[in-house]
Amino acid sequence: MNAAAEPKRLHVVLAGNPNVGKTTLFNALTGSSAKVSNYPGITVDRKRGKLQLPGGRTAEIDDVPGTYSVNARSAEEQIALDALVGLADAPVPDVVVVCVDATSVARSCYLLLQLQELGARCVVALTMVDEAAAATPDAKDLAALLGCDVVPVTARTGAGLPQLIAAIDRASHAERRTTWRWEPGASLREKLQTVRAALPAEWTTTELHGAADDRADNALALWALTCIEPRGKGDDDELIVPDALRTAAVSAGATADVDNEAVLGRWTWLDREIPALIKKRVNRDRTQSIDRVLLHRVAGFLVFLAVMTMVFACLFWGADPLISGIEWLFDKLGGLVRSLLGDGIFTDFLVDGVIAGVGSVVVFLPQIMMLFLFLGFLEDCGYLARIAYLMDRVMRAMNLHGRAFVPMLSGFACAIPAVMATRTMERKRDRILTMMVVPLMTCSARLPIYSLVIAALLPGSHLVQAMLLVGMYLFSVITSLFAAFVLSRTVKPLKAKRLPFLIELPPYRLPRIKDVIRSMRTKSFMFLREAGTVILGCSIVLWALLYFPRELPKGSPDFPTLIEKAPTPAAKETLQDQRAALRLENSFGGKLGHTIEPVIKPLGFDWKIGVGIIGAFAAREVFVSTLGIVFGLQDADETSTPLRDSLRHEKKADGSRAYTPLMGLSLMIFFALACQCMSTLAVVRRESGSWRWPAFLFTYMTVLAYVVSFVVYQGGKLLGFS
Amino acid sequence: MVKLADRPLGQTSTVQSVEGSRAFRRRLLEMGLVPGVGVRIVTVAPLGDPLQIEVRGGQWSIRRDEAAQITVEDV
Repeated sequence: MNAAAEPKRLHVVLAGNPNVGKTTLFNALTGSSAKVSNYPGITVDRKRGKLQLPGGRTAEIDDVPGTYSVNARSAEEQIALDALVGLADAPVPDVVVVCVDATSVARSCYLLLQLQELGARCVVALTMVDEAAAATPDAKDLAALLGCDVVPVTARTGAGLPQLIAAIDRASHAERRTTWRWEPGASLREKLQTVRAALPAEWTTTELHGAADDRADNALALWALTCIEPRGKGDDDELIVPDALRTAAVSAGATADVDNEAVLGRWTWLDREIPALIKKRVNRDRTQSIDRVLLHRVAGFLVFLAVMTMVFACLFWGADPLISGIEWLFDKLGGLVRSLLGDGIFTDFLVDGVIAGVGSVVVFLPQIMMLFLFLGFLEDCGYLARIAYLMDRVMRAMNLHGRAFVPMLSGFACAIPAVMATRTMERKRDRILTMMVVPLMTCSARLPIYSLVIAALLPGSHLVQAMLLVGMYLFSVITSLFAAFVLSRTVKPLKAKRLPFLIELPPYRLPRIKDVIRSMRTKSFMFLREAGTVILGCSIVLWALLYFPRELPKGSPDFPTLIEKAPTPAAKETLQDQRAALRLENSFGGKLGHTIEPVIKPLGFDWKIGVGIIGAFAAREVFVSTLGIVFGLQDADETSTPLRDSLRHEKKADGSRAYTPLMGLSLMIFFALACQCMSTLAVVRRESGSWRWPAFLFTYMTVLAYVVSFVVYQGGKLLGFS
Repeated sequence: MVKLADRPLGQTSTVQSVEGSRAFRRRLLEMGLVPGVGVRIVTVAPLGDPLQIEVRGGQWSIRRDEAAQITVEDV
């Protein structure tokens, strides 16, 4: 190679089973250079970092999602194959670093065997050596057996990292070698040949490695035979493969016999060779004794309740001071800007549109950060998998994944972090179904609305009112579980096929705080960057909707003169409030409220509630302050007595009460069920990868809210309630 | 010839065969639950399902009806 020419940048990928310390190793190798983005269309983190090789060369290194095998059932799992082989848009890796867990060598080596069949240049990073202790196989013996470098590493201390980097460098200069540890029989060989012919040109070694290699092509053909199923007949999402390849694989006879021959062939080799290298059993006493308590029928359940209560309490109450602090800060900032710029449309835009909008994004951060701190900790110590184990029976009844429990619980605090927490589930179908029902949980933003309505419209003792509030919580739990049940049976992409529930319960380990914080930071930045911008944009649009036009309708009182002449400050304030109320009524949003009045009338709502509902789209709690302005009460909150009184005493044209207890109930049910939250929609869009799902979410929840409120209000009236 | 799901807690048995849908079966085989290997039920979840099983020193959660697809014999 010409030294002066720009050398091609080396591409390395890091592969391995889940729970083998892959992320820790990746963080240790890449330091602060790692960047996290998304695979297109799919919410799987794509982590890429830089690696300094000897001789001044730089390599880029990708972290592949943890996988037990390159075989995939879904487009999601196919990402690992694409990255490891270099299919789709993924670059062909020059070197694959395979993490082999010293405490479970045979299972980790299964993936390595598959990669060697595919002709990858492999280097083994032997992880968890401190945990395996005397059970760790000798690196030299293992290297001789596997035919590639084996480097014991301890990512915590950095031990072995320079040797691993040197091994990567060596491997990058080596010739590619394809190794099969088992021989396919005559019938399978025939099938492989047929399918190989159908591989698209860009999937063949001629294209990928620059030189034809029949056996590596066979390995890809074997992958096709094992994984591709007839269209519409598969157990899971369909793989993204060319039609010709699908037809060839299916017609060549992709049966369980193929799986047997290949999988058992590899395991026979592993069972023959690996045990000789392991001199001692791994000591798992600690994990076993912890499990005796944490998975115990009674004790385990109590611990589970305690942990979940703590998570919930932190999200619900613990985040509160921080949230108030952020609100206070943005409020003060707005005030400061206003005092600097003076009143005017531009100031209003800056303060009420932009600054308030940014505030409404930042305000989610405390809960997001707390939840991901918990999730990272629970995941890394091994308990999250056990939560799924403990809750699977309940969640499965609704066709939800056991891991959906934590997101659902978080939904009581806020749907935004809860939707983001669905990432702990590996399958897209499980994630989307959870995202579709989490927004039904009573989030903390609904509380102010319930408090206001209950206090103003639903009279009764404090006990009755408290029971009503508890009732709203129960109602939300029941509806969300019921929604999961119905959606998973009616909406095609959410239908539960026979989804196997096979979850590894990893050994308990002390989490590395650095890794947990790093993942928390990444998630928070991603939220700010991708969902935050959408939320900000929507806030500004909503602000404009309720702000313009500024002119008051004809025939309005001459407010400037009146305010000028107001005898007392109180009278002046009343006039200003009246003007604000008139302006809001005359704004686009106010007119929209009037326009939708015929539609919401059957639910018992008038145009004023309509304007509140439109304003609430920015965030549910905004309903209260918008309603306050409509009633000429600026700065009202849910505890403000004037607002409660106004609601209670509001009269219809015929002099009867405008807002009855029945209408109050209808209103609470509407807010319980409707997706009145643009932030939820923005984050679902971000997590599901398309606008299709948030559109579906919004539609189904709004229709549900409308129908149920309608039935409650009209039914209640028929039964003689008011 | 018994199903893994019917084995008493803590008793090790040997895998004879694995049935079930193709993808599920393949996953079990790939994680090393192949004929001849030892397997035992370690705990049952508080609500009676799923089961925690041990295979090759690793712990897995598997549903009862899935464990009924695994035929085992006494050691």
